[in-house]
Amino acid sequence: MWLAENIVAFRTIVIKEIMRFVRIWVQTLVPPAINAFLYMVIFGTLIGSQIENMSGHPYIEYIVPGIIMMSVITNSYGNVVSSFYSTKFQRNIEELLISPVSNFTILAGYVAGGVARGFTVGALVALVSLLFTDLQVHSFIHMLLIMFLTSTLFSLGGFINAVFARSFDDISIIPNFVLTPLTYLGGIFYSISILPAFWQKVSLVNPVLYMINGFRLGVLGESDIPVSVSYLVILAFIGVLGYWAMWLLRHGVGIRT
Amino acid sequence: MKALSIRNLTKQYDNGFQALSGIDLDVAAGDFFALLGPNGAGKSTTIGIITGLVNKTGGSVEVYGYNTDTQINEAKRCIGLVPQEFNFNVFEPVREVVINQAGYYGISRREAAKRAEFYLKKLDLWDKRDGNSRELSGGMKRRLMIARALVHQPKLLILDEPTAGVDIEIRRSMWEFIQDINKQEGITIILTTHYLEEAEAMCRNVAIINGGRIVENGRVSELLSRAMSETFVLDVEDEGNQDELVLPDYTINAREPGRLEIEVPKSQPLNRLFEELTQKNIRVQSLRNKTNRLEAFFLNLVKTKH
Ligand SMILES: Nc1ncnc2c1ncn2[C@@H]1O[C@H](COP(=O)(O)OP(=O)(O)OP(=O)(O)O)[C@@H](O)[C@H]1O
Ligand SMILES: [Mg+2]
Repeated sequence: MWLAENIVAFRTIVIKEIMRFVRIWVQTLVPPAINAFLYMVIFGTLIGSQIENMSGHPYIEYIVPGIIMMSVITNSYGNVVSSFYSTKFQRNIEELLISPVSNFTILAGYVAGGVARGFTVGALVALVSLLFTDLQVHSFIHMLLIMFLTSTLFSLGGFINAVFARSFDDISIIPNFVLTPLTYLGGIFYSISILPAFWQKVSLVNPVLYMINGFRLGVLGESDIPVSVSYLVILAFIGVLGYWAMWLLRHGVGIRT
Repeated sequence: MKALSIRNLTKQYDNGFQALSGIDLDVAAGDFFALLGPNGAGKSTTIGIITGLVNKTGGSVEVYGYNTDTQINEAKRCIGLVPQEFNFNVFEPVREVVINQAGYYGISRREAAKRAEFYLKKLDLWDKRDGNSRELSGGMKRRLMIARALVHQPKLLILDEPTAGVDIEIRRSMWEFIQDINKQEGITIILTTHYLEEAEAMCRNVAIINGGRIVENGRVSELLSRAMSETFVLDVEDEGNQDELVLPDYTINAREPGRLEIEVPKSQPLNRLFEELTQKNIRVQSLRNKTNRLEAFFLNLVKTKH
């Protein structure tokens, strides 16, 4: 009874979330595809043609997995942070709070919505990349699993951001000041092996490095990091953020007075 | 069976404001109950605590015997809420708003679609089902919230100012609808309203809350019988001496040419007022009750106890 009800509720939230980003596809699906296209033209084709190769791969081939991952990260995060914040802002969060939906179901529903957006955009960007290079796949399992886990992680991040946000400004601070630098410095465009030893070490502190390299392993079979370490780091972050998000929901932070 | 039982409920908001200072309230199953009080009295706070939107500071709440501390999900299934402020997603189509709410109660999409159709038709919104909910008028939005609140077929329907900003005609049909579901389906109704004549006409029991305390609670008829006075407006034929008019047993609240407003204590029969006026050469042409009686009672209470 309880489980069946929560499964229906979960499905309801996920369908609602998917319908939301599909309804506003001009804002949610087109810009990331255009961005990715521009990155690939400018860095991949124009600049990339001046670069011999990166870790033994043509430059465009090397950056495509990174660009896909970057899109997955920003869109998963962006989907949940803006959807959950506007749910709070419009107070339709109350529809969930008055009904017997478990906190876990609420969280899982929004996170699944973010993952759905991440995968949709990821697939679009992968399609765009076919204009520039043959996308090879070294390991479907690693590729999809790393993408799924990364998308989950950033959806959780977006959720937590939305819980604390009190204005629309608050939902763009973390993406602009934390997420963007971390992804750019997370090895989208280069292998950390080209960095001086000191900066290689510093780069290892950046969690996004592990995700991009894990994904690149799935696509190219090429990574700066052992894939098991990638999994460990991502799972550890999911554990911490997931626990935090549940704690916030249980205490009604930002949603109950 | 009690639909609602509240004991010593307190609420202090994070900013330190004490919104409720120990509320006790019982509502019998099947009742039509009004929770009245001036702005800021604590009505919405009380409702928020009952429905799980507001964390209480102390006390206990039981809904159909389910304690909200230990059996919150059972309690929630019993309750339908029409909140004071519009709180649906304005970008969602009307029908989706209702279907999604059903989904949160674990009602399958197919069943939810059937119920959405039923309630949207009943509330005269079926034509609007595919439009964005932000395109509805204020009265339609209220009705959408009623449809949404009923979709999981609650035993207790709580309406926080359902008729605010609704025109007279729709208001009447809304009240008919609510009275119907109360009578025919036995759904317990708790509502707040600032239209006291409505509460007087429709509700069986009432509680008046002021400054976070229940200051009166009982049957509407019984409270009215305790009202101390009534105010009448008299249209009179002016004989020129109204300004000096003094009536020892009555209070004259206002006077203008041709019109008097007189407060008549319950202890005085109206005949005597007429006799005295006749003696003073004032002829009464028509008379009407100024406020409805509950309103007078209410104002008196709120004035004296706060
Ligand atoms: N989130 C909050 N934080 C602090 N104080 C609050 C909060 N919500 C309500 N209050 C205060 O609590 C008191 C009771 O508010 P409540 O909304 O329960 O009143 P009400 O009886 O519903 O009034 P109205 O008829 O205007 O709707 C008010 O003084 C209000 O300012
Ligand atoms: Mg209120």
